[in-house]
Amino acid sequence: MIDARNLTKKFDEVNAVEGLTFHIDEGEVFGFLGPNGAGKTTTVRMLCCLISKTGGEARIADYEVGNAADSLKIRKMIGLVPDNVGLYDKLSTFENLDFYGKLYECTEKLRKKNIEHFLKMLGLWEKKDVAAGTLSKGMKQKLAIARALIHEPKVLFMDEPTANLDPEASKAVRDFILELKKENRTIFLNTHNLDEAQRICDRIGILKTRLLTIGTPQQLKESLGGVKTEIQLVQVNDAIVSAVKKVTTHKVEISDNKLIIDVGNIDTAIPTIIEAIVSAGGRIQSVTEFTPTLEDVYLKTVK
Amino acid sequence: MRLSKAWIIAAKDLRIFWRNKTVLRSVILFPLIVSIGLPLVVHFGGRQHGGISPSVLPRVLDAFSFFFIIGAAYLPTAIASYSLVGEKVEKSLEPLLATPITDGELLLGKSIAAFLPPIVAIYIGAGVFMALINQFTHQTLGYSYFPNWTMGIILLLVAPLSAILSVQASVIISARASDVRSAQLLGGLTILPFAAIYVASEIGSVSLNANNLFIISAVIVLVDVILFFTSTKTFQREEILTKWT
Repeated sequence: MIDARNLTKKFDEVNAVEGLTFHIDEGEVFGFLGPNGAGKTTTVRMLCCLISKTGGEARIADYEVGNAADSLKIRKMIGLVPDNVGLYDKLSTFENLDFYGKLYECTEKLRKKNIEHFLKMLGLWEKKDVAAGTLSKGMKQKLAIARALIHEPKVLFMDEPTANLDPEASKAVRDFILELKKENRTIFLNTHNLDEAQRICDRIGILKTRLLTIGTPQQLKESLGGVKTEIQLVQVNDAIVSAVKKVTTHKVEISDNKLIIDVGNIDTAIPTIIEAIVSAGGRIQSVTEFTPTLEDVYLKTVK
Repeated sequence: MRLSKAWIIAAKDLRIFWRNKTVLRSVILFPLIVSIGLPLVVHFGGRQHGGISPSVLPRVLDAFSFFFIIGAAYLPTAIASYSLVGEKVEKSLEPLLATPITDGELLLGKSIAAFLPPIVAIYIGAGVFMALINQFTHQTLGYSYFPNWTMGIILLLVAPLSAILSVQASVIISARASDVRSAQLLGGLTILPFAAIYVASEIGSVSLNANNLFIISAVIVLVDVILFFTSTKTFQREEILTKWT
């Protein structure tokens, strides 16, 4: 559904996005993670034909991003939820959606049907005649999502849809995205929220101007080596580290006074390692087993 | 360029404008003052000396008619600034630009919304002005002064052209302004050339007859064309999204 090959954007001499290559299938929820200024919004803007690309290629369905003739067709088949909701405060909830429905050339019948459908689905139907400016942040965000869906787009781009929302509103938005997933829409989600990405996305790309890694949440976590053991010591010294390295072939990381070891089989390896540490004079405070989280993957990747 | 798309945008802006009391007041107030205030000046002016003399009255009335050009040059800035900088401030341009509309359709829609209310207000104001002036001066002049060619040229040619100039200038100013008020203040500068012509007419340097109004119109057309190309160049989605913020 979405294809990018070496997609690049420069602002003057600064590379905002460099050589992005990825493919997103129809019906897939793809998450884009990255720090501020990583190029997430720029990528979405390029794919939505809002700004031009400097290099590379991108296609959405059969249409070429950057081709003037295809731009209108692309914009007709996509929906965008920008990071700023950008509603018309003086128009009512209904009027905001109706205006966009008209721009997308929806018939009056379809507009009315979809406005009612999405407002009811998002719990905003009671607010249909209320000025958008008087809605809460969470409601505005929901309205911005309804606006992006009014013409039933095949592809939905969402830029930080839960940023600045309280946990309850965030959950409502996340649940709604999961509902959309069931409708087989392709969703491109920019987010800072790792938990959200893990729960919602089929695949995740981590971006920092360049695409650093891409895969399912599980694949990304496994790339860090599966289950690990963290041994907290009073003090780590060279004798302890070399004693541990003698009894295990796995990688040993040192962080503060912790040893982080990818031990493989915990039942057999841990007693041996503990014995080696104690023999080397080490004093153990705690032993914890943990599985790498998406946060670990993210921090390690963007570092 | 699909006019229907431009009209959807214009209709939305007009609806918002109608609900914004500040902008609405600024568009109504000027024609209201001119259309009622100036006839009252004519009616009560120089009363102790028997009123304004019939030989001076036509020049005074032509000069007063010029106020409708000044209004047409000023009023669209109130709406255009709100419509363009307002979208910028409310961050509503990005979702709007993501819809299947062209930059030209968006610019035309915004221009229609900024052009129509001031022109309607000017025309209503001019109607009231002409009726009151005829009422107050018929006895002195012995005939109804309005309608006449001068007012016809002002209302049908110079005022619309001045309004277009004001809209184009507002688009260019909006690209640089960060808030509605500063855009309106800068946009208000468009009345300066018109105010200068008015002063020149008052001191007798320029006569606001039909010929001179045609010359003024030709100059405004030229400026409109230059501003149109400049504003079209300014109003491009990439420029708007990356530099207008």
